[in-house]
Amino acid sequence: MTEAAVHVEGQAAQHALHSYVHGAVASGAAHAEGQQHPIKLYLVVWGWLFVLSTCSYLVDYFGIHGHLRWSLILLFMVLKAGLIVAVFMHMAWERLALAYAILLPPVLVLVFVGIMMFESDYTHLLRVMFFASAS
Amino acid sequence: MTETTLATPKARPGTIPGLRGIAADWASDQRAFKNVSWGKAMMWIFLLSDTFIFSCFLLSYMTARMSTTVPWPNPSEVFALNIGGQHIPLILIAIMTFILISSSGTMAMAVNFGYRRDRVKTAALMLATAAFGATFVGMQAFEWTKLIMEGVRPWGNPWGAPQFGACFFMITGFHGTHVTIGVIFLIAIARKVLRGDFDVERRGFFTSRKGYYEIVEIMGLYWHFVDLVWVFIFAFFYLW
Repeated sequence: MTEAAVHVEGQAAQHALHSYVHGAVASGAAHAEGQQHPIKLYLVVWGWLFVLSTCSYLVDYFGIHGHLRWSLILLFMVLKAGLIVAVFMHMAWERLALAYAILLPPVLVLVFVGIMMFESDYTHLLRVMFFASAS
Repeated sequence: MTETTLATPKARPGTIPGLRGIAADWASDQRAFKNVSWGKAMMWIFLLSDTFIFSCFLLSYMTARMSTTVPWPNPSEVFALNIGGQHIPLILIAIMTFILISSSGTMAMAVNFGYRRDRVKTAALMLATAAFGATFVGMQAFEWTKLIMEGVRPWGNPWGAPQFGACFFMITGFHGTHVTIGVIFLIAIARKVLRGDFDVERRGFFTSRKGYYEIVEIMGLYWHFVDLVWVFIFAFFYLW
C-alpha cells in the first residue's frame, strides 16, 4: 500500500517536472534549467576579450599619450567589463528587476569620483602653495 | 513550500517583461527577483558590496595620485621585464591579464556543462580555472617579490611618490586574496561535482538542496567578478 502511494507520488512529481520543462521551452525562456547557451557564444566572447586586452596593452606598448590614451583605455575597459557582465555572468538574460538593482548602484560611485576629484585638486593646490617651495 | 524559500524558482506565467516588469517585480508583498534563487541573488548582492570596496580602494588611489606634488612612478617601466635580453614594458601584467581572461572562459564553459549535467567536463573545466587562478597568484607573488627587492615599501619607493607602494600593495593584495579564495572555493566545488554530490543530493555544504548544478553558476559569478575587478585595476593602476 505504501509502496503504491510512493509510486503514484513519484509519477506525479515526474509529470510536474516534465510539464515545467516543457512550459519553459515553449515560452522560450533561458531558464529551462539554469542558463543554457551554445558553447560557441562563450568562445566568441573569450576571443573578443583577448582582442580587447591586446588592444589596451598595445596602447601602452606604442606609448600613445594624451586624450587618445585615456579614451582608448576607458573604451576597452568598458567593453571588456560589459562583455563579462552581460555574457559570462548572464546578466543579459536576467530580468530587469535584478539587472537594475545590481548595475545602477555602482554608477553612483561616479558621484563619489567627482567629489574626490574636487577634493584632491584642492589638496594639490594647497600643497603647491604652501609645501612645494620648501622642499 | 512558501514562495519566499524556493531554492529553484520557476518563472511564473504572469511575469511582465521590460521596464513595466521592474515596477511589477518590486511592487508589493512578493519576492522581487522572480526567477533567481536566493543563492544567486545573495551572490549578486555580495558582489555589489565588493564592488564598493574595490571602488573605495581605486578612489583612494586616484585621490593620492591626483593630490601628490611628487611625480608618480611610471607603471610601464616599473612592471617591465627583461626577457631574452629585450626590455618589454608591462609584459608581466599583460600575461597575467590573459591568464585571468582564459580562466574566465573555462569557468563560463564549466557553468554550461554543469547545467548539462556533464560531471567530468564540468569538474575538469573548473580545475583548469583553478589552475589558471593559481598561476595568476603565483605570478603576482613573483611581481611582489621583485618590487620588494627593488625597494618598494608601503611608505616609499625609489622612483617617486611614496603613496605608490601603499596603493599597489593594498589593491593588488586585496585582489590576489580574492583570487586565492576563489581557487580554494573552485577546488572544493569541483571535488563535489566530480563525486556526483549534486546528482545524489548528498548532505553537505551547498549540495543537499537539489540535484541541481546552480552552485557552479554562483561560483562562476564570483570568479567572473574577480576577472572584472582585474579589468578595472589593469586600466586604472597599470595603464593610466
